[in-house]
This record gives sequence, structure tokens and C-alpha cells, in this order.
Amino acid sequence: MTAASAWMTTNRTGDGLEIRLSGDWTIDYANRIDIAIASADIAAAATCIIDAGGIGRMDTSGAWLVEKLRRRIAALGIDTAFRNIQPTHDVLIKRLQAIAGDPAPEPVRYGALSLVAERTGRATIDALNEAQDLLNFLGLATVTAAKTVMRPRRFRGTAFVYHLEQVGLNALPIVGLLSFLIGVVLAYQGADQLRRFGAEIFTVNLLGISILREMGILLTAIIVAGRSGSAFAAQIGTMQVSEEIDAMRTIGLDPIEVLVLPRTLALLVAMPLLAVYADLMGLAGGALMTIVSLDITLTQFTERLKDVVPIWAFWVGLIKAPFFGIVIALVGCREGLKVRGSADSVGRQTTRAVVIGIFLVIVIDAVFSIFFSTVGV
Amino acid sequence: MTDSPAPTPVISIRNLRTQFGRTVIHDGVDLDVMAGEVMGIVGASGTGKSVLMRAIIGLMTPSAGTIHVFGTDRAAISQADRIALERRYGVLFQNGALFSSLTVAQNVMVPLKEHTDMSPALMSEIAAYKVALSGLPHDACAKYPSELSGGMRKRVGLARALALDPEILFLDEPTAGLDPIGAAAFDALIGDLQRTLGLTVVMVTHDLDSLYAICDRVAVLVDKHATIGTIEALSKIQHPWIHDYFHGPRSRAATPSGVT
Repeated sequence: MTAASAWMTTNRTGDGLEIRLSGDWTIDYANRIDIAIASADIAAAATCIIDAGGIGRMDTSGAWLVEKLRRRIAALGIDTAFRNIQPTHDVLIKRLQAIAGDPAPEPVRYGALSLVAERTGRATIDALNEAQDLLNFLGLATVTAAKTVMRPRRFRGTAFVYHLEQVGLNALPIVGLLSFLIGVVLAYQGADQLRRFGAEIFTVNLLGISILREMGILLTAIIVAGRSGSAFAAQIGTMQVSEEIDAMRTIGLDPIEVLVLPRTLALLVAMPLLAVYADLMGLAGGALMTIVSLDITLTQFTERLKDVVPIWAFWVGLIKAPFFGIVIALVGCREGLKVRGSADSVGRQTTRAVVIGIFLVIVIDAVFSIFFSTVGV
Repeated sequence: MTDSPAPTPVISIRNLRTQFGRTVIHDGVDLDVMAGEVMGIVGASGTGKSVLMRAIIGLMTPSAGTIHVFGTDRAAISQADRIALERRYGVLFQNGALFSSLTVAQNVMVPLKEHTDMSPALMSEIAAYKVALSGLPHDACAKYPSELSGGMRKRVGLARALALDPEILFLDEPTAGLDPIGAAAFDALIGDLQRTLGLTVVMVTHDLDSLYAICDRVAVLVDKHATIGTIEALSKIQHPWIHDYFHGPRSRAATPSGVT
């Protein structure tokens, strides 16, 4: 009884089995050889001889398949032996015999429901940990800042100026452009709606209050969180991956002092400046649109603005800027320092820095609104 | 091991020049790697050993000169040919360069998935035994690279480089960061694979033990050129760096039977 495929011929004589291997046993044919092995008729024999003399080329994948064939036969309790095997092939196969051939275990998978439960639980605990973590970090940064105030020479002036340029000066184009456009949109929509009541001149009130009090600073904070918070996390995270932060610690440099303080202080200074700039650009955009759509002059616009918008609207907006700056910087640095191990982690923490940064900015903004309405401003 | 050139070099470099800005790294490097030999690349830090390797595997375009791999000019290669060419060599990067979002087994399976029609079960088996072949415990398969030590990552990198049973194996400092016993086992493994599979191996190394253990010929990068020969031949050269390299205390310790 003989069964043949391109790679093996099975020959049965009495209760002995002889398998002749032939052709190239290489990775290119691995799948077809695997199928041939699985379908080979090897049951019911006392002894088996694998004649490997006919094999042309063999690579490690081929060697594995030969070994797999042998194991399949041996598992049935049949005595197996190789014959005519070429010395170079023998070395390869011998190497494999010591190796356990179980397929690589798959990561454990759970059902959908328990997965949802697990994720919810994990996310809740993560959020709580995150909050505690940030508070700890705020404390740590404050203490370090206090120490630096005692010894001002330890403050990294160059790094501070560098970051001031990065987060402040270099953000001017994008902050300016977006504020200007938001001003245009607000003025246009405002004029459009108010015109129905014949109250289009109130567009100036709407514009002045909303931009100075909320839009200017909020927009700036969101842009800065996306632009600089993420940059802080990615920079510090990459340093963490390449063990630079560990190196700093062993040299006796405090990463909080060297990395976090200059960045935080830079944002603390840059944020109010950017907010003022955003206010100006937003008003300019609004003014342009008002002048065009309401057909008034620039002088009329500024007169009206001066009359109806109190100066405290500007201060209410501006007072929030340093808080936003500190929060964005600390979240960015904290997430960067939490990077562990891999490039994957850098990406994850950078995303978190932006999301948490924007989230906290809006929460703080809401808290300020409640505070201001309570004190009646 | 004698310098008996096979008729066709698998890698042939002529007049290679690489520079970064105004810094010239190589100027007129000529190098032939014959089929089935183990070529070591050595040189002081900053002489462009890794750069040379990156140029050969096509990660970097040289400023001038030609590189032929399997007789194909690297500079004039089409996209389809490039993929076919890449199928024929495996690369082990210095730190393993594993994909951090995949497990060890999945890392080894990446080239298999990309280039073969294997069933997932067979792929998983082959990945598992390649991992074992490179000297890792079986439970490493399900781990992520960030959970492994530097030496283990290197072994996974080798398993991935060997996944497709390539004809040329490029190794960038394969034994750096391994313990001496592990390094010797690594050398033995590469030597075995090289002999049984007829692999051509190009390895950048600082490890004199590996050099003596498995390299047929060595290319020394000095003064922006490559000086090539067997270790015996090179150790007779009077160039100060080459002389110091092969006659220094570390070299004498690594010499098996007083070749120098």
C-alpha cells in the first residue's frame, strides 16, 4: 500500500511503515508540507522508518516539519528511526528535538460582558489614582519650587527661556489665527440672530463679554494643552524610555527641578500673555465682521465696546490664565514621567496628557464661573 | 579558514562614500561578501560600522558608490524587486528593535504573515520553535518586549530575523549586552545555522571572542576605508589601529591558539 505526495511517500509492509521524504523542505512549501503531514496515513504500525535521504534543500522550517512528522508518529506509540539522513539536515533536526513543540500560547481572552465590567472597573480606579497622583505631583512640584526659591541659582534659566519661546512665542500664529476666526464667527452669528429683534448693536456686547470672559482664554488653553501639554509629555516620555531620567537621578539632578519647573514656569508666564493676545485678536476678528455686516465704523465699534463692556470682564478672563497654565504643564510633565518601557507607552501618555489637560481646564473654568457668580461679578 | 572566494559575491560594494553634512564617514569603501561566509565588520566607535550595514540593507542611501546585493543594484531597484530582495535577508538590530505593541510570538510571526501563505496554526508553531531555537524559555512567547531583558530582546530579534530562513543574516552587535556564556551560546547558534543552512552572515561586532569563533573574514574600518582579510592576514598588517586591535590584551585573551 503506497500513498504519495510531492514531499512524502508512505509505504506499508506488514506492520512496518516506511516514509520516504523527497523534494525541498523549505519555508516556501511549508504550508503544503504541513497539510501532507496532517493527512498522512500512519496509524496501525509497529515500527516506522523515515527515509530522509531524498530531501533536497532543507531550512529550519523544513526541519521543524520533519520533526513534527516524527512526533506525530511517536505520539501513536510507534518506534521511529531516521535513515539516510544527510549530516547537515541531521544537525538541524537534532537541535529541534530538545525543543517543546507546543504552539505559542495565545493571550487569554474573556467574554464581552466581563470585559466591559473589567474595563469599567479599571477605568474608575485609574481615574481615582490619576487624581491622587496629580495632587501628589502638584505637592511635589510646589515643594521643589519652594526649594528653588530659597536657592535661586539652581533655577534653569536657559531652559525656562527656551520653553517660553516654544510654548509662548511659537504659539502666537495659531492662537492668533484661531481667536481671530472665532471672533469672526461669533460676530457673524450674533449679528444674524440679534438682527431679528432689531438689536444688532448688542453684537458688540455679546462679542466683548464672551471673548474677554470666556472664549479668549478657553480657546488659548485648549490650543496650548494640545500643543504644549502633548509636547511636554512626549519629550519627557521619550527621555524616560531612553533612561535619560534615570541617568539624571544617578547624577544627582532632580527631574522635577530640571524638567518640570522650567516648563511649568514657562507656561505660567506664557499663558496670560497668550490670553491677552487671543483677546485682542478675537476682538479684531469680531470688529471686522461687525463693521462689515452692521455697517458701522471702527470708531463706533470701539466707543460702544468701551461703554458696554466693563474692564472686570477682561480681568475675570485673565485671572484664570495662570491656573490653566500650571495645570496643563503639570499634567503634561506628570504623564511624561509615567511613561514605562516602550514607544507605545509614550503615545498613550501623550494622549492622556491632552485629554486630562483639556478636561481639567474646563472643570476649573466651571469652578471659576460658579465662584464668580457667587461673589456676584 | 582560508580566503577562498566563491565565484559570486552576494554583496558587492564599490567606492562607497557616505557623509552626514560635512562629516565624511566612508570614503572609497570596497567590500565583497561571498556566499556562505561569515564577514565581521569591526572598527573604532564612530567609524560607521552600523552605517555601512544600514547602507547595505537599504535604510540609508550612500552619497556615492554602488552596492549590489544578490547582483541587484540597490540604487536602481524597483519596489517589487526591493520586497523580493528583503525577503532574502534577515536583520538583527542592536537592541532587538521589536514591535512594542506585539507579543514575542507575534513579533516573530510578522514576517511569516507578510511573506508566506502558512496557516495560522503552523505559523504559531514555527514562531514558538524559532523562539525556542534562539534560546528563550517557552513561556516568553506570550510576553511583551517591555517585559523582557535586553539579552532576551536580542534573542527574540534573532528569532524574527531567522523567521523566513533568509540567505543573508545581518547582525548588529549580536553579543553586546549578553553574559559571556550566553554570548558563546549565541555564537555557537549562529555558527551552526550558518553551516547547516549555508547562511551568509554579516556581523558588526566589538566582541573579539565572536570574531575568533565564527568569522571567516573581517573588514576593519579605519581611515574611512575597509581593510579586509582573514584574522591571520589582518594581524600581520602594520597599521597602528589594526595592530593594536589584534594584539591588544583583550585580543590575546580571545585568541584560541596563538594565531597572532
